[in-house]
Amino acid sequence: MNLRILIDRFACRFSAFLSVCCVALLALIAVGLIYKSWPILLEHSLSELLFSTIWSPMKGKFGFLSFIISTFQITIFSLLIAFPICLLSATYLVELAPRSILKIVLPLIDILAGVPSVIYGIWGVLMIVPCIRDHIAPFFGYTTSGYCILTGSLVLAIMVVPVMMHLLIQVLQAVPHELRDSTLSLGATHWQMIKLVVWRKCLPGIMATTILGISKAIGETIAVLMVVGNVVQIPKNLFESGYPLPALIANNYGEMLSIPQYDAALMFAALILLAVILFFNMASAYILKRVTKSIT
Amino acid sequence: MQINPHLGISQLNVHIGDQQILKNININFPNKAITAIIGPSGCGKTTLLKTMNRLIENSRGVNITGKVLINGQNIYDDYEDLTSLRKKMGLLAQRPTPLPMSIYANVVFGLKLHGIKDEKILQEKAEKYLRIASLWDEVHDRMRDPASKLSIGQQQRLCLARGLAIEPEIILCDEPTSALDPISSKKIEESFNELKQEYTIILVTHILRQARRLADYVVFMYLGEIIEFGPAKEIFENPKEQLTKEYIGGLIS
Ligand SMILES: Nc1ncnc2c1ncn2[C@@H]1O[C@H](COP(=O)(O)OP(=O)(O)O)[C@@H](O)[C@H]1O
Ligand SMILES: [Mg+2]
Repeated sequence: MNLRILIDRFACRFSAFLSVCCVALLALIAVGLIYKSWPILLEHSLSELLFSTIWSPMKGKFGFLSFIISTFQITIFSLLIAFPICLLSATYLVELAPRSILKIVLPLIDILAGVPSVIYGIWGVLMIVPCIRDHIAPFFGYTTSGYCILTGSLVLAIMVVPVMMHLLIQVLQAVPHELRDSTLSLGATHWQMIKLVVWRKCLPGIMATTILGISKAIGETIAVLMVVGNVVQIPKNLFESGYPLPALIANNYGEMLSIPQYDAALMFAALILLAVILFFNMASAYILKRVTKSIT
Repeated sequence: MQINPHLGISQLNVHIGDQQILKNININFPNKAITAIIGPSGCGKTTLLKTMNRLIENSRGVNITGKVLINGQNIYDDYEDLTSLRKKMGLLAQRPTPLPMSIYANVVFGLKLHGIKDEKILQEKAEKYLRIASLWDEVHDRMRDPASKLSIGQQQRLCLARGLAIEPEIILCDEPTSALDPISSKKIEESFNELKQEYTIILVTHILRQARRLADYVVFMYLGEIIEFGPAKEIFENPKEQLTKEYIGGLIS
């Protein structure tokens, strides 16, 4: 057997091995988390852990509902802010702006995407927190420390925007020119073309981008925990503090190990996070497939 | 020639950046006939076609001077509303461009844009123009399927039906069969032969045999200029210009 064939075989097997490793890693993480959070699952029922709001580790009460709700609130609001901004600016840049503007903006967006999250956190503390406290909340008739769900969502949105925007620009640019020309020559205005054809054509891409944005937002930790207040409660409005799961883990892991089961509780928090992201990704992959089938 | 041309062009120059793409184009297209525009690729055929419905303006850095007249009106002066200009012309692109929606929604897309809402009228017109594009028999029982499910040849006929449905006066085609198999090409060509009774058809093609089969008149372009224009028979059998002779004889391509 000659060397070329040997190398070929080796390369194929090695690639297969690496792919298996990636999947195995995910399984290992899951198994590790389940193993580590087992003690708390023995002591408390799953429904108590997931649906109770009482969080008092000293007394052995571990209800995660406040954390779960904070996590979802911040994720959803940040996407509600980021998505329209991204879609409209990406559309403007691709469809309407002169090419030169896109050439300037695209590298800037990439720089923003690469800024470490702790810097967004500091910026949030310095700029957004006072702005919310002194101007925005009073305007709506609320008093707040400024460390709240809205601030967290805003900081998160600002972090998600560059990533989503870059992807959306690519998605929009992939629409063939002939399709635009044909739509216009049927008598569509520019806006009708964008709304009825370009966005529709891009729907799978737009959805995939949004899914990626949400995945990033759910897990983002540092920047959020710096501005969100970290108070264990179910936030009743956007100006109240919250405490999302990643912040809980990052703030407490490695401390207070003397409290029984606290360690296991934090592991369980990580497990919830992983489960949410896995479920979310699988669900969205399924939906994406259906949409792609029915449109393109 | 004729007295009231549908579509005429006078002293048209198009620059993109600092390159001159079209040089002093003057022509009156014959009404209700197929005029083929032939010439080697890159000579400006697509650009010329796009000046006629002002799609060329969407390219960056274009500068257009001169007139394109439709029924005597200069489209660069008199049409504030581009959509009403484009209603007068159907465009068939080089590759099929099905819109990301159902077959039916594709055909009636233009009609809906122009404000026709009555479902009964829409359905009637959809059938009428799908028949003209000889696609009705193949799709009538699956009008709600996505248009992308059709074969490439069917997609192109769908695009033809979609363009016809807005009831234009002029049909602009840019190498409409270049992506198609021979049988689909033949069906499209047959449609053109019928359509020329009622429409003024401008057909860009790089297939000389297609021009021979279909065209009543032929325009030969070279490097952004119109070299020769005349009845198809004359151009093919007795061209006056040396360049035309060479192109038709296959010497330049
Ligand atoms: N958007 C554009 N920017 C720069 N040059 C262009 C553009 N569109 C066309 N051209 C140039 O104009 C010339 C004619 O192009 P085109 O009209 O597409 O030719 P044809 O359709 O006859 O092949 C070519 O040299 C092409 O490179
Ligand atoms: Mg061309």
